[in-house]
Amino acid sequence: MKAARAQTITGQVVVTCAAAIAVVPLLGVVMMALAEPGTQDSTIRWSDTFHVGNFADVWRLADLGTALATSFTVSVTSTVLTVLLSVPAGYALARFRFPLRNVLFLVLLTGLMLPNESLIIPLYFDFREFGLADNLLGVVLVETALGLAFGSFWMRSFFRDAPADIIDAGRVDGANSFVVLVRLLLPMAVPQLLALVVLTFVWSWNDLLVPLVMLSGGRDVTAPMSLATFQGQYTTDYAYLSAAAILTALPVVVVYLVLQRSFARGITSGAIKG
Amino acid sequence: MTLTLAARRQRRRSAAVGLAYLAPALLFYCLLLLVPFLRSVYLSFTSWDGISPKQWVGLDNYRSIVESEQYRAAFLHAFVLIGFYAVLTMAVALLLVGIIGSSRVRGLVVLRTALFLPYVLTPVVTGVAWRWLLAPDGPVNALLRAVGLGGLARAWLADFTWALPSVGLIGTWMLLGFALVLLIAGVQRIPTELYESARIDGAGAVREFLAVTLPGIRNEVTVVTVLSVTAALRNFDLIYVTTQGGPGSATEVPSFLVYQQAFFVGNLGVAAAMGVLLTVLILVLSIVILRPWRKG
Repeated sequence: MKAARAQTITGQVVVTCAAAIAVVPLLGVVMMALAEPGTQDSTIRWSDTFHVGNFADVWRLADLGTALATSFTVSVTSTVLTVLLSVPAGYALARFRFPLRNVLFLVLLTGLMLPNESLIIPLYFDFREFGLADNLLGVVLVETALGLAFGSFWMRSFFRDAPADIIDAGRVDGANSFVVLVRLLLPMAVPQLLALVVLTFVWSWNDLLVPLVMLSGGRDVTAPMSLATFQGQYTTDYAYLSAAAILTALPVVVVYLVLQRSFARGITSGAIKG
Repeated sequence: MTLTLAARRQRRRSAAVGLAYLAPALLFYCLLLLVPFLRSVYLSFTSWDGISPKQWVGLDNYRSIVESEQYRAAFLHAFVLIGFYAVLTMAVALLLVGIIGSSRVRGLVVLRTALFLPYVLTPVVTGVAWRWLLAPDGPVNALLRAVGLGGLARAWLADFTWALPSVGLIGTWMLLGFALVLLIAGVQRIPTELYESARIDGAGAVREFLAVTLPGIRNEVTVVTVLSVTAALRNFDLIYVTTQGGPGSATEVPSFLVYQQAFFVGNLGVAAAMGVLLTVLILVLSIVILRPWRKG
């Protein structure tokens, strides 16, 4: 019993330390964001004032307001599209029999492993021809496609595990498959849908390569692109850089914190079911 | 007879409805992932600068990748990064899980939130943060000097020897909490009776870990390994922000070279070939890692 108790305490300490390793560097960044800007010096000092104005400065200097709005447009639109396409796709793959169903599922699943790097060159040159380069719609379409593979797979496993008697009951009442989906199944799927929403939002917000290439004309800039450019200009102004980094990460961190239970469920069970 | 006919018609109708539900996603998927990927494969057999007509060159691009020391080094760097992102992360996570064992962790929800944070954070932000943390006068070096290890202090990301391991350790930092949470979740699904009977048999901590914990979390270990290997190979963002492949070519990796060769050098055939090789590498490694699990 004593050994078990010692193990509980050690376990608690170990996990707490691991959590500290994850968070302490980020707390350092928050402190740095409040330090004196433009000192070319990266040490944190307890200066007598917190330079809260750093946030306003970088907002203006990096035009972060516009960049954040662009990122919002891209992430929200592609998240909505991903959900709208993944739900029926997962429903079809789980609840309907049709030729090549398993082949199509495998093909979709392969999409989980296709890296952006292997798509970006033809996408860029094709999009340029269709006027989709330097166009937010182009980025939205690619981010949606990238989210779809996981989304279809994730919704399929929900629909597969949904109790069959509910669907049968709907059928007996004469409801068609769409009514069964919208009225009976989706209300039960809210946790899975939230997990899908938070994951696709985070993924599309975080992506750099696709917007960097697709928006290379410079008319539109996403928040991560803006931060990367800002770093190019203010190479060693770590106070400003930290402030800009925090503003760039804030939306994702807030969405994550609000929906963190759904996120954890999506990541853990989504990954394991694979 | 009429019944089977009706049933058959019903089945055909249901197949059509199912395909109709799948069609929009499939269309998106084909137009934006599958076709571009196949076109990448095609491009990888051509020589193209983006303007003049493409020229079919067969396997020349692949040959030049294999023969070029710079490109070979990039793939070698990718494997070094896998060592940090996947192998080191898994080793540390398993060690920690072994220490924690089957004991319940309190406040796991709060701790989990913290542990996941580096994984959720925008990689560009992570890169900017660590560029400061690892700067010549940054906190990491300040810490080393404070504990009397000032001799080790250096410009980590600008050091020919240490830049690549530094990027690798940033990857370990990004993935460790994620790995730990998944493995702990796996351990908690193991029936406690298994631990009790191991204890009654007089198994020590190491035996218990090898006989009960490790087999019980095999799936989790597999999945975390696949995801972290993939993350190591797809780390364009982090390289772009921290080192741009430098100093020299010390941190050049395939995912960065695809971008650089395609959009700065205009060497599109080679860039496409590099992207295809990266995909093949991801697919092959994933299948190799997942295979024993599929069998089980």
